[in-house]
Amino acid sequence: MEITVLQFIWFILLFVLLGGYAMLDGFDLGIGVWHLWARAEDRRSLLDAIRPVWDGNEVWLLTAGGAMFAAFPPVYASVFSGLYLALTLLLVGLIARASAVEFRDKEEAPSWRRFWDVCFAAGSIVPALLLGVAMGNILRGLPLDASGNFTGSFFSLLNPYALLCGLLGLAVIAAHGALYAVLRTPAPLAIRARRWARLALQAALLLFGLAAAVTILTQRHLLTNYDRLPVLWAVPLATALALSGAAAYNRRDKARPAFAASCAGVLGLLATAAVGLFPTLVPASNNAALSLTAANSSSSELTLRIMFIFALVGMPIVIGYNVWAYRLWATQQKGTSRDY
Amino acid sequence: MDPVLLARWKFALTAGFHFLFPPLTIGLAWVLCWLLWKHYRTGAEVYGRLGRFWLRLFAISFVIGVVTGITLEFQFGTNWSQYSRFVGDIFGAPLAAEGIFSFFLESTFVGVLIFGWGRVSRKTTWFASLMVAVGATLSAFWIIVANSWMQTPAGFKIANGRAELVDFWAAAFNPSTLPRYLHTVDAALITGGMFVTGIGAYMMLKGRQIEMARRSVKAGLCVTLAAALLQFGLGHYHAVQVAHTQPEKLAAFEGLFETQKQAPALLFGIPDEKTGTVSHAVRIPGLLSLMAFGDADAEVKGLNDFPRSNWPPLAMTFYPFHLMVLLGGWFVVLPAMGLVLFRRRLQGGSRWLLWVMVLSIPLPFIANELGWIAAEVGRQPWIVYGVMRTADAASPVAVVPAGQILAAIILLSLVYLALLGVWFHLIRRTIAKELESPEPGPIQAAVSETTSPRISE
Repeated sequence: MEITVLQFIWFILLFVLLGGYAMLDGFDLGIGVWHLWARAEDRRSLLDAIRPVWDGNEVWLLTAGGAMFAAFPPVYASVFSGLYLALTLLLVGLIARASAVEFRDKEEAPSWRRFWDVCFAAGSIVPALLLGVAMGNILRGLPLDASGNFTGSFFSLLNPYALLCGLLGLAVIAAHGALYAVLRTPAPLAIRARRWARLALQAALLLFGLAAAVTILTQRHLLTNYDRLPVLWAVPLATALALSGAAAYNRRDKARPAFAASCAGVLGLLATAAVGLFPTLVPASNNAALSLTAANSSSSELTLRIMFIFALVGMPIVIGYNVWAYRLWATQQKGTSRDY
Repeated sequence: MDPVLLARWKFALTAGFHFLFPPLTIGLAWVLCWLLWKHYRTGAEVYGRLGRFWLRLFAISFVIGVVTGITLEFQFGTNWSQYSRFVGDIFGAPLAAEGIFSFFLESTFVGVLIFGWGRVSRKTTWFASLMVAVGATLSAFWIIVANSWMQTPAGFKIANGRAELVDFWAAAFNPSTLPRYLHTVDAALITGGMFVTGIGAYMMLKGRQIEMARRSVKAGLCVTLAAALLQFGLGHYHAVQVAHTQPEKLAAFEGLFETQKQAPALLFGIPDEKTGTVSHAVRIPGLLSLMAFGDADAEVKGLNDFPRSNWPPLAMTFYPFHLMVLLGGWFVVLPAMGLVLFRRRLQGGSRWLLWVMVLSIPLPFIANELGWIAAEVGRQPWIVYGVMRTADAASPVAVVPAGQILAAIILLSLVYLALLGVWFHLIRRTIAKELESPEPGPIQAAVSETTSPRISE
């Protein structure tokens, strides 16, 4: 296979993996965003809703990271070293929340539970925000030197555009988690979660419109593909439609289609970003010629080909047993707290 | 402070801490799989209770392995960006494969195993435990493929300023992959076996849940003994490979300075890197030549044959290696003694031995760490043996300054310390709870005809 074809495939696959992560672990993180808002007696139900699945969901992030390392090593090296402090914080957040999910209900003591409640909430909000900020910085472009090293400072990462993307990500993830809670928790909590979802979806739609406007006005480099092939505007439009659809279904108390629409919205958000970036993976904000692209930053043809075979063989199996497992949980009674 | 040294410390701390848990969970996963198989086939209540108990301890340990593993996957990019650029064409693929073929498998089925208990059939529960064990063991394979390529790189060429893959099979099954994989997985079985033995012994000492405790001790002793005996062969296989492919590492393991025929094995000694001598040495002549090359007259290269700049840090390679071998012997002696005494007097008679079993729980963890230190320090000063030096591999200091690395080390150390404390506390709690729970009567202990494994109700 031509290397250019493989580079194209891996650009897509990378975003597919990131999309899988955002869609699946997105609702786990989203549950955590609301955790401290929930009444103390409801918190166990929130955790029970994600306990059987969060770990498998998080693997999408690890696999996306591994795929980035394997398919686009210079991108992995530049992004991960450039966002050093942010990633360290993200990491501590992920450690805190995973431990909280597993350990919170192992002890009765209120202080023990309060501690893990804070870990879970902070460990969900911080990553939800940081992932969006990181994506915003990549969309906007990073200052890079000729060997691809990040030359900016930590504080330059906290620019308004990246923060806007962070808030958008947080709102979408919060909505996604709330809609999952509507679907998978018992009645009094599910009704409250519906209100949370309404709130978060309104914020998400507002922020999406704002981010779109700011992008069109200030991030011209992201519009190249849209200008060249106007039919691609369908992607952000579909995303807005999906988010509005989630809001509409949620208003009419149709939990399943609302969650499905929210899934589409999350995927659409990443697709919107992918279309804007392609074929660039990291635009260089100082000099477009230094940008890391699928063409100049990929692994060799052989590695891309072998990795593609791995993905073709492995991912259908992964999706297969994940569908089986999710169907298993879908038939279980909601909110049955169990000894584990 | 030297940023490369800090980055190395960070890697050592995070990898060393992480490496406490996967060997335990790999070993426990297979014990669990066996218990749940017995439970599925016989329906005996005692296997269900045992399965549930060991599953709880497994789950607490598993999550710590998961969260500390994320650090490592990030870390190649965050702290070793030059390395990542240079070897990504080869090194990234096994990490991605680990995600696709192993992490998804173990993580999805661990959910089914823990939360499906009592809801799905005994057969499905057993199957889930099998998938967890297979996934965990496969994940060890992929990470050792990656790590072994750093030890004995193969199947690549240097082109376009990086190492490029030319032969996937040669890179994946490089000379050290198989010996290191088998050695490590067998060590995981010893770790799991000793853990089960020690905790079972503790329960026997407390005089409660005797039936469960005895079965645990017996199973644990058998697993440990079998795996430890096998380890003599596997460890030897690995050492022979090191002798052939990384001679200066072998010389450092053995404290051998002068190249010689009939090279002796060092039973005891204190090597001095500066003077190039070993004091207080107890040697068996010819044994090293015999073990490494199958011929007592074979020539073994000493460190003096290599430029000093290519020597691994001697003490950090020599002592861990020897202590690991010593512990390896103990993992045969203890279970052998235990099984003999167990046969003779089953209850109460050998409390001291039960205590020794309890106190031996940490030893396989220590042996794992020592083996890892010997292997990775013994690779220095190379990050990829003979290809790239560790000093050239770190992220540029302008991108990741020393202060940020230090901050990350402090932060992660505190988090890991807390994790270790919580892990220890919850393991103790879980055991205490099991000890307090009502003892099964004679009817429950016998084979029950119930179809569903409702153990916890």
